[in-house]
Amino acid sequence: MPPRGSGYGSGYGSEAEYGHAGVNPDAAPGASPESAIAVHTLTSAAKDLIEGAFPPLWVRGEISDFKAHRNGHWYFSLRDANAQVKCVVWSAQTRRIPAPPDDGMQVLAKGQMTVWPVRGDLQFSITNIDAEGDGLWRKALELTRKRLEVDGLLDPARKRPLPRFPRRIVVITSPDGAALHDIVKVARGRSPDVEIVIIAAKVQGEGAPEELVAAIERVNRWLNADLLIIGRGGGAREDLWAFNDERVARALAMCAIPTISGVGHEVDLTICDLVADVRAATPSAAAEIAVPSRRELAAHVRSIAGRLQNGVRRRHDRGVAALTRVKGRLSLGAARVVERRQSRIDTATAQLHALSPLATLQRGYAVARGSNGATLSRVAQFDAGAEFDLWVSDGIVRAIVQHTRALPEGVNVIPREEGA
Amino acid sequence: MSFEKSIGRLEEIVRELDRDELDLDGALVLFEEGITHLRVASAALTKAEARVQQLVEAADGTFSLVEFGGGS
Repeated sequence: MPPRGSGYGSGYGSEAEYGHAGVNPDAAPGASPESAIAVHTLTSAAKDLIEGAFPPLWVRGEISDFKAHRNGHWYFSLRDANAQVKCVVWSAQTRRIPAPPDDGMQVLAKGQMTVWPVRGDLQFSITNIDAEGDGLWRKALELTRKRLEVDGLLDPARKRPLPRFPRRIVVITSPDGAALHDIVKVARGRSPDVEIVIIAAKVQGEGAPEELVAAIERVNRWLNADLLIIGRGGGAREDLWAFNDERVARALAMCAIPTISGVGHEVDLTICDLVADVRAATPSAAAEIAVPSRRELAAHVRSIAGRLQNGVRRRHDRGVAALTRVKGRLSLGAARVVERRQSRIDTATAQLHALSPLATLQRGYAVARGSNGATLSRVAQFDAGAEFDLWVSDGIVRAIVQHTRALPEGVNVIPREEGA
Repeated sequence: MSFEKSIGRLEEIVRELDRDELDLDGALVLFEEGITHLRVASAALTKAEARVQQLVEAADGTFSLVEFGGGS
């Protein structure tokens, strides 16, 4: 067997034969100065070797020197007390991570150990990052929330009232999710005649935000419903993430009809919950809020019927009472008038009575009256033989004048008449 | 007239009657109107179950509702 170095010079003999095993089987690449390899060959070989040796791994460490490059890639180091490794998140992968991590953040990063051939650096190529205490999710939520707040989309004054009696409700959710089943069941149980129209959309995973946005825009173009429920059933935080997507939140905020969000469970608060007109804790709760219960409606109608009847009855009773009162006053007034008149009559009667000549007759006097009714009070009025009436207390006496004579001297019963 | 309108008007009428400011004739007129709305509202509560439908948008932007078959 020739020494390994024997092939060293053979390469010089023929460029075409360089590295050709058949010509020089001992000249392994890089084994001798003659078979020296290129730098990129070395780093590429190292890359293959390292990648073959390490499966994708989760690594725990602290973020440092974070830089988001203009081209969308993220560069930083992961380190602990004794070591560090350079890391990269390619821009295509950054979309799967809720927010860029901050320096000092403790994270779990999943990635592939590799070599970056261009620099010959060891590099950990990361596809996923979980910050401790959900730091990244919280940060992402906070960033989105702030942007929406700056644009006024979280202003409570933007909240629209829901229609009290919606006739048609649009539901944006997955067509085969538990949420749809719950919403339909609750809505049917409350008001069977409320129409439910589904716009199917992917609610998790790749493409979900885009589908949710498209569904909301479809509602805006259709404009044939009174109310929108958007939501999904419970799931892992990542599964609910589409409802924290800023594009979805903005579309929901701009929805042409009032909106209710019902995402996950009670504890899951999403950005969509913040911009919806009403946040329901769950999809079922959303249906409960949206759809009035027919039983409650019937009770409401009955109570209105009662109030209507009471109202008009009270009004009627009041009228009757007023009438009775007036009637009482009227008859009382009439009675008083009669009474007053009676007493005047009585007074007049008494006065009349006191002045009546009849009273004088009662005392024994008599009045003589001629046939023409005139009172005969002087002798001259009596002609001999003439008839006249003599009025006494209880009747009239027909009398005839026999003869007349004057009163004795000095007696004059009617001096004043003489003077007139 | 819709249930919503009937109920809305009924609530107005009841409030009006409760205020006790009407003369009897006015109250009776309102009462009669209220009874009409009550009939509408009660009838609306006995409507049959509506279907669950799916909104479909055609390529030309027109919409149609089709019976929803998902999950059944």
